[in-house]
Amino acid sequence: MTEAVAANPARGNRVLLVLAGLGWLGMIGAGFVSLAPNRLMSGRPLSLWMVTDWPTLAGITVLGAALLAAAFRPQGKALHRATALIAALLLLLIFFAAGRAAEALSAAAGPVARISLGTAFWLTISCTSLAIVDSFQRLKAGPVLRIGTALAVCASVAVMAAGGVFDALSIMVEYRSHQTSFAHELARHGVLVLGSVGAGLAIGVPLGIKLTSSLRLRGPVFGTLNLLQTVPSVALFGLLIAPLSLLAAAVPALKAFGVEGIGATPALIALTCYALLPIVRYTYSAFSGVDPVVIEAGLGVGFTRGQILWRVSLPLATPVLLAGLRIVLIQSIGLAVVAALIGAGGLGTFVFQGIGQDAVDLVLLGTLPTIFLALATDFTLKSVTSILQQRMAP
Amino acid sequence: MIEIERVVKSYGDRKVVDQVSLTVESGAFCVLLGTSGCGKSTLLKMVNRLIPATEGTIRVGGEDIRGIPAEQLRRRIGYAIQSIGLFPHWNIEDNIATVPRLLKWPEARIRDRVTELLDLFHLDPELYRRKRPSQLSGGQQQRIGVARALAAEPELLLMDEPFGALDPITRDVLQTELARIHKATGTTILFVTHDIDEALRLADRIAIMDSGRLVQHTTPIDLLEHPANDFVRDFIGRSEISLKLLSVRTVAERLRPAERGDGEPIAATAPLREALALMIARGTGRLPVSDAAGHPVGAVLLEDLIQ
Repeated sequence: MTEAVAANPARGNRVLLVLAGLGWLGMIGAGFVSLAPNRLMSGRPLSLWMVTDWPTLAGITVLGAALLAAAFRPQGKALHRATALIAALLLLLIFFAAGRAAEALSAAAGPVARISLGTAFWLTISCTSLAIVDSFQRLKAGPVLRIGTALAVCASVAVMAAGGVFDALSIMVEYRSHQTSFAHELARHGVLVLGSVGAGLAIGVPLGIKLTSSLRLRGPVFGTLNLLQTVPSVALFGLLIAPLSLLAAAVPALKAFGVEGIGATPALIALTCYALLPIVRYTYSAFSGVDPVVIEAGLGVGFTRGQILWRVSLPLATPVLLAGLRIVLIQSIGLAVVAALIGAGGLGTFVFQGIGQDAVDLVLLGTLPTIFLALATDFTLKSVTSILQQRMAP
Repeated sequence: MIEIERVVKSYGDRKVVDQVSLTVESGAFCVLLGTSGCGKSTLLKMVNRLIPATEGTIRVGGEDIRGIPAEQLRRRIGYAIQSIGLFPHWNIEDNIATVPRLLKWPEARIRDRVTELLDLFHLDPELYRRKRPSQLSGGQQQRIGVARALAAEPELLLMDEPFGALDPITRDVLQTELARIHKATGTTILFVTHDIDEALRLADRIAIMDSGRLVQHTTPIDLLEHPANDFVRDFIGRSEISLKLLSVRTVAERLRPAERGDGEPIAATAPLREALALMIARGTGRLPVSDAAGHPVGAVLLEDLIQ
């Protein structure tokens, strides 16, 4: 469908039409925020026009109408740029409106009332973001513009947050009541992810390189790793409790280093195991994808084995290796949430606390940063890859 | 100079190269000729130690190659292969400069050398220096492959069917260029091919191999006139030996200075094969011959060609 539109620019932009249409339907039909009398009761959805002041409402209406209109206009570079700009402004205005709405509602309903974000908010945020992405794709925008826009949008939302715009939203209320532990658990999440991926890389990359030259090892290694990957994460965390407790009891010195049946150690071990399969697999295909003729030529001109690895194989394998690193990081960011179940900490702590207390906003305090981390990692590594490919290409 | 003495390469019981002795003089262009699997590529790769010899001795410039660390040996020997193997992530300049950089030449000298080599292959240095290998045609890539092999002014150049994957016209052009470069630089060349015409055209010595053994090592004319055995005779193509001889001999060898002929003259340096083709085309048995300056120097007659 996108190609058909691209082939005939006079017919308008159907992708934008769908996105803008969905946004309008959401705003009209679904709640923008929901108001609950206290933390544990479920909320009542409220539409945008019921909760926002008229200048903000007017702004959102005008920008939304502009996006819808842009979908019907003959397409061109100038219009794509305008669409991206309008969508970005609309995105920020929706964030602002949500904060202002919460502020007004909480002033009226009192301090125990909870104001959370509703369906229409999430839908319009997604639609405007996708509209920006779609415009950039049509513009064939380079990494600089993409990264710049992402940073600008994130920075604007951060400035609003720092200025207290979102303070009345229940997720921020949860954040404030967990402020110290949030920083700690976020850092712990980072340690779990980077620690396990770091260990996975230290073991997996040399192993993957080794497999490219050893036919005999290939079958057993991939067999073992595939088997590991099929064990459900909760089960693997659980399986490690018994042997590590025994080990800590038998060798007390290990206990001093934090080796225990529960906590960060078994979580790191399990996450490392999960990281190994993709790392080994991507490393193997990255290095076996290097043309053997180029290696022979490298030997022929008098490179040492080490020089061939660093100057020839590694640069040629880098794009695939980065793709693998992206997958592994995203996987570990998600899996590390489960690690909270065995007391390893991390953002999962809030998720499981929230589930236990039936407090959806606390669950969100754990999941939203997790999603953001995963998206940011994905975006960053994709950008790095495309910059590298641009420099590699003629 | 390369001295190969009773070299054997065996994999298990199978001898791929069997007791080969061969000396290539300094500045010579020696072609290793044979069918696929006869051991000629293996022999070539033993010279720069890409494949270790099982038995025997190889000396390059008088030095036993086992006494030189493999990487250092290879930096002294140019190496060009059929599949070229340019480094795809480097531009042309970096590709050509590979060995000089390994040898830590000063950057200014490397730059000059790259310019010189691109000029040598008639590639505009400013146009090609920054290009990627993928932007070049197959023939241009192989020129860069040979330029990379020649970059550090090696005493010896090993070439493993370098033109085997090129189309006939490009191959012809590159053969001419290689012959010219060999004359200009005087580098010793050991060249592997299975193409008898390529061998006759380029070589001043041909070493023909069969099943791992060296069958005959001699000049192209001698190979055609005195093939050592039936294998060599078959390889050359029995019925075509006389035609091939015409292509290695020049008009000057059969020139009759006192005679004259009509029509467009043929150069004295042209191969006799070309003279025969012209005679057939014109339906005549006599061609006028001119020297390099275009002055008539005599004639060549059909009866002298078929004697």
